Amino acid sequence: MDPECSQLLPALCAVLADPRQPVADDTCLEKLLDWFKTITKAGSSLLLLQENPCLVELLCHVLKPQDLSSRVLSFSLRLAGVFAAQEDCFQYLQQGELLPRLFGEPGPLGGAAWTAPSVRSGWIQGLRSLAQHPSALHFLADCGAVDTIFSLQGDSSLFVASAAGQLLVHILGLSMQGLAEGHPSLQAGDWPVCAQKIVGHIEESLHSTAVPQITQALNVLTTTFGHCHDPWTQVLWVRLSPLVGSLLEKDPVPAAHSLVDLLLSVARSPGLSSSSCGLWETLAQTLNHLSPTQAGPLALGILKLQDCPQVLRAQAFVILLQPLACVLKATGQDPGPSGVLDSATGDSLTVDVLLSSKAACVGLLCRTLAHLELLQPLPQRPCPWPQEPLLGAAVTLLQLCRGSASPASDVGRHLCALLLGCVRVQRAALDFLGTLSQGTGPQELVTEVFAVLLEYLRSPDSSPTVLKKAFQATFRWLLSSPKTPGCCDLEPHALLVLRELLPVLQKRLCSPCWEVRDSGLEFLTQMTRHWGGQAGFRHALLASEVPKLTEQLLRDPESYVRASAVTVMGQLSSQGLHVTPVSPEHPGGQQSLLVELLHILSTDSEGFPRRAVMQVFTQWLRDHHADVAGDTEQFMARVLQVASQDLDWEVRAQGLELALVFLEQTLGQFHSHCPYAVTPPVAAPAGSLAQALQPLCRVRLFEFAFRALFDCDRPVAQKSCDLLLFLRAKTASSSGSLEESRSGPDVASVEAALQRWQAGDQGQPLGDLEPEVVLAVLRSVDLEGLRGALAEGSDHMEKSPQSLLQDMLATVGVLGENEADCY
Amino acid sequence: MLDCGLDMTSTLNFLPLPLVQSPRLSNLPGWSLKDGNAFLDKELKECSGHVFVDSVPEFCLPETELIDLSTVDVILISNYHCMMALPYITEHTGFTGTVYATEPTVQIGRLLMEELVNFIERVPKAQSASLWKNKDIQRLLPSPLKDAVEVSTWRRCYTMQEVNSALSKIQLVGYSQKIELFGAVQVTPLSSGYALGSSNWIIQSHYEKVSYVSGSSLLTTHPQPMDQASLKNSDVLILTGLTQIPTANPDGMVGEFCSNLALTVRNGGNVLVPCYPSGVIYDLLECLYQYIDSAGLSNIPFYFISPVANSSLEFSQIFAEWLCHNKQTKVYLPEPPFPHAELIQTNKLKHYPSLHGDFSSDFRQPCVVFTGHPSLRFGDVVHFMELWGKSSLNTVIFTEPDFSYLEALAPYQPLAMKCIYCPIDTRLNFIQVSKLLKEVQPLHVVCPEQYTQPPPAQSHRMDLMIDCQPPAMSYRRAEVLALPFKRRYEKIEIMPELADALVPMEIKPGISLATVSAVLHTKDNKHVLQPPPRPTQPTGGKKRKRASDDIPDCKVLKPLLSGSIPVEQFVQTLEKHGFSDIKVEDTAKGHIVLLQEAETLIQIEEDSTHIICDNDEVLRVRLRDLVLKFLQKF
Repeated sequence: MDPECSQLLPALCAVLADPRQPVADDTCLEKLLDWFKTITKAGSSLLLLQENPCLVELLCHVLKPQDLSSRVLSFSLRLAGVFAAQEDCFQYLQQGELLPRLFGEPGPLGGAAWTAPSVRSGWIQGLRSLAQHPSALHFLADCGAVDTIFSLQGDSSLFVASAAGQLLVHILGLSMQGLAEGHPSLQAGDWPVCAQKIVGHIEESLHSTAVPQITQALNVLTTTFGHCHDPWTQVLWVRLSPLVGSLLEKDPVPAAHSLVDLLLSVARSPGLSSSSCGLWETLAQTLNHLSPTQAGPLALGILKLQDCPQVLRAQAFVILLQPLACVLKATGQDPGPSGVLDSATGDSLTVDVLLSSKAACVGLLCRTLAHLELLQPLPQRPCPWPQEPLLGAAVTLLQLCRGSASPASDVGRHLCALLLGCVRVQRAALDFLGTLSQGTGPQELVTEVFAVLLEYLRSPDSSPTVLKKAFQATFRWLLSSPKTPGCCDLEPHALLVLRELLPVLQKRLCSPCWEVRDSGLEFLTQMTRHWGGQAGFRHALLASEVPKLTEQLLRDPESYVRASAVTVMGQLSSQGLHVTPVSPEHPGGQQSLLVELLHILSTDSEGFPRRAVMQVFTQWLRDHHADVAGDTEQFMARVLQVASQDLDWEVRAQGLELALVFLEQTLGQFHSHCPYAVTPPVAAPAGSLAQALQPLCRVRLFEFAFRALFDCDRPVAQKSCDLLLFLRAKTASSSGSLEESRSGPDVASVEAALQRWQAGDQGQPLGDLEPEVVLAVLRSVDLEGLRGALAEGSDHMEKSPQSLLQDMLATVGVLGENEADCY
Repeated sequence: MLDCGLDMTSTLNFLPLPLVQSPRLSNLPGWSLKDGNAFLDKELKECSGHVFVDSVPEFCLPETELIDLSTVDVILISNYHCMMALPYITEHTGFTGTVYATEPTVQIGRLLMEELVNFIERVPKAQSASLWKNKDIQRLLPSPLKDAVEVSTWRRCYTMQEVNSALSKIQLVGYSQKIELFGAVQVTPLSSGYALGSSNWIIQSHYEKVSYVSGSSLLTTHPQPMDQASLKNSDVLILTGLTQIPTANPDGMVGEFCSNLALTVRNGGNVLVPCYPSGVIYDLLECLYQYIDSAGLSNIPFYFISPVANSSLEFSQIFAEWLCHNKQTKVYLPEPPFPHAELIQTNKLKHYPSLHGDFSSDFRQPCVVFTGHPSLRFGDVVHFMELWGKSSLNTVIFTEPDFSYLEALAPYQPLAMKCIYCPIDTRLNFIQVSKLLKEVQPLHVVCPEQYTQPPPAQSHRMDLMIDCQPPAMSYRRAEVLALPFKRRYEKIEIMPELADALVPMEIKPGISLATVSAVLHTKDNKHVLQPPPRPTQPTGGKKRKRASDDIPDCKVLKPLLSGSIPVEQFVQTLEKHGFSDIKVEDTAKGHIVLLQEAETLIQIEEDSTHIICDNDEVLRVRLRDLVLKFLQKF
């Protein structure tokens, strides 16, 4: 600890111990604790306490009967734990009987302060820090802490209860640590007393009829097997698995959710040899006993396991598929030739759940679809994957939700009535359908997929979120449709779909609901990005009204829609898909889009469209778009001028991105980057460098970049710094020849102007700069230093421990006036 | 009589009435029978495979054969769409009763009738076809003419004079107003939330309550919300007027309407919206008011053409008390409750009585035109269909659910313009009905048969039918249905002085009885117990005794008896009093006690006791007194 802090510490401890000066802010106590943790991690706690006796005094002081705030008490308990984590310091504190007084019966445990959850939490966290060595175990046993922890498992505060469970796991692990290493075949009977006590408690809880107690025991075990993979855990499982198994005999199975977590945690534990301890049998048995809703997560967990018997995997997959198999059966469809869904159809329990209520039906189906969606892309997904029946099920579910399926059975009709108009199932099924596009399917089924997607896209009743998902799924299916070899255009069937899709898109672009217009534009962006260069797509798009409508959306009242329209228009124009009709408002044809986008950039009141314009311009510059390539300098000068005035920092940052592209392109001609160049790059003559920099000066790129260097928004300043450093590196090789310009009057005036800018006075422009001046200024400004300062963050000065202690002392005096802390 | 709507779908069988001579329509070929017989070719014309009657359109009237309408005392009207047949009934059937309706119903109903009469009268058609109605000939015609029912009862449109006369028979009522009908029942209109002034009716006596729920809506549109609470505790709820398009959600349809409208106009096309001059059009204009600026349609003119356009737009603004809460509060600001006032002010919406006159000079394209009639058989809409039908840039958007849009379009085929079907029907759908029934819990529901089964085309849609317990009683056309309740009780009032004289006796805790002698006075289905007149002193018999003086004699009152006779104890008592040889026989209704020796028989039943003995009055009185011992007297 540095001397300044040591000096401040006694005063702070006095403040903390004084009930008349309450600490209003928890966060500074947290920071203080973090600081002590850092110190004790780096050095001896004992030494710290000896050098700063005020700390022990504080710990002693809080034990006195007084009206101390629960925050400080909780803090002290945790602080004591941090110190006592080191065994010598533990002994030191033990000498003064401080620890039993803090954590034992005489401490806060028995007092009124115990009613505050923060004190109970502090007590647990203190013990959690303290329990690091064998002496701590004896201490825990002696002061009866373990029993208190047992009772805290059922605490009314969920944080306390959860921490108590974790502490038990930690103590169990600690007590087993030393012994287990040498005795892998240790029998449970020989275990340390503390461990036996905890295991005994778990056993007792598992025998209990109270579900909360069973849940607590299962949670402790789940954490144990999740965190500790020593050989003793296998012994523990062998001992407890019959008890866990006996839970399955109860109807309904108590704490099923926690049970599933435990079994999966055991199965994933590398410390256990699953085959030898009957785990697979237990898992199989559990799958059979749980309700369809509870069994789903277990089945998914089993299928995600790396090494699992094929029989069990098959059983889990059947369970997972059951709800969809029921849907297929209820609608009179063939569950498919794979046999997996076939064997899943008979479960009447699943049907009962599906038909019991709308909530149960929707819940089970959504979970099933989400589980299968997670499973689909995994390498260990079941093989063969029943792609066809799953596709059929997804399509059927979507039809049921729209009322367009015509189920023959009563179950089907009932399902139809439950699912009609259900947005949750629609969203889940569309997501799942999109995921299934990764696989293939017979042409008839793919036709059905597109038909149902079109049905959703057309339906006036589709909600905006459902429509968005329908657009996404449609795009994924269009992407996955088989390609003609050697050609990346849409295949004929997909083109047919596209022709049906475009009128729908047209209508959606006119929707009164802005979310719908926005989703439509996003969809169009995706399609243009992929197929914008392909003849079939181009032909269909140009034959439709879509490009014209999109252009009209540049003037949409909703800024998100305008932003999306800007992006699409930029892309359409890049691909030559934007044909402006000749109208009196837009004379000059193709040029008008550039004018329109510049207009948006300079006048739009919202940031999103302006950001989108900058992105389009950057892309256009990269792609040498015809509008830009015609007179790039004029374009750059205009855009940089507008962007530098923008109030949105992202627009300014994007301006720097644009500047960087321009810079690369300009200097690219000057310095070849060709990796195959035979000769290494040589220093260019000064004349040509100045020539290369001339365009940058003409578009006033440097003024823009220097101004951004002192931008009040850090990301802009950082980006500008990077750009200027890049430029300096590029021009470094030719620096010698321009040396003499450095002392010229222009350089001095520019430097003076920059200093004023840095001080916050950005009013004065730099005027026309010469390349030589620019290079000289580049070298004189401490860009590296600036970059370092920017990287440190705005609060690095305020983060020091000294500052923390000072602040805490300062705030104590003015609590009444200023309760809100500015951390 | 509950409502008297007019079935206008009959007009779909007729050729449209163009405002100006249409060469296309007048040159349609006449229809001839398969054997080439062309005797009907003056009456029937063929257009794109469909056959139409070339005559003044005719309407299908309410059933008149089942019931003599002159015996109807009262007609209750639910909303302005359900009164279109009123002139046929009040003017041509001998009807002498009263019609009850709310003020907006009458005013807007008048507008609808006026528009209808105007549409038909302004293009007089000399020809009237009747030959095809001959049953033998009708059989030979193609569908749908062949299947049209009761064609002989179809009638031409009424005149304005008949409309005025019919409307003069209407008595105006307000929501929750209680109207006594001949003392027998009380009827009360309640807001039904569907249209301005639309009502459901409660018909109740003192002990029975029947609710008549017709065209109702739970959506938040312009009218006052539906009053559900007052429908509770009904013995019978008659449910009709549900949405005609249960699968079309009005919100989605409005979105669809706006999208298609914008799409057409942006592409330089015109939009035609065939509609009624009141109702959904107010909501559409309100949606467009919010939408046009955002969709960049501010420069597109909206035209509303109807002989009653002006009245309709203005009427809607003055019926403040009949509007939803939001609109009512606007009136106090004061602001016009409907935003179409602002559309008119800013010249975005213009209205005209017809195509002729100002409209022709103001007309600018592309534009949006709202005009009638939704059947596309008469009104200005016919002209626009002819004018715009040839271009695929234009769109006709159907929003009224009353007519099949395909049938409406049939005489305009082949048609290049786009047709969009966005039926906006805000009336109750089946989900809303089931919520409503759960809420108001009537003992019985009575509804048309169609509501009790899924639509034939979607037999799996169990959600598209009424599902209630006990199952709804359904009826079909011309079926006579007995409502499932009996009138068991009548309320009788008792005059105060008579009530004062009563001396109640408590026979059970909480139940007291008193005997009363009074005159039951019944007039206008009201019953009053009045004190009996004092016996008049004989005045010497000079005056002739009149029938009205023939009052019951006030004899000494015999006590009323109650209780039951325990047979065993009764027999014991008889034995105690010297009767022997007693036999008891059980009968279906009680017992017979036989006194064999005295040759006497005592018949004891639940509510009577008879002593049958052979002219031995002393014995009878003795036995009677023994029986009376077991009974309470008061």
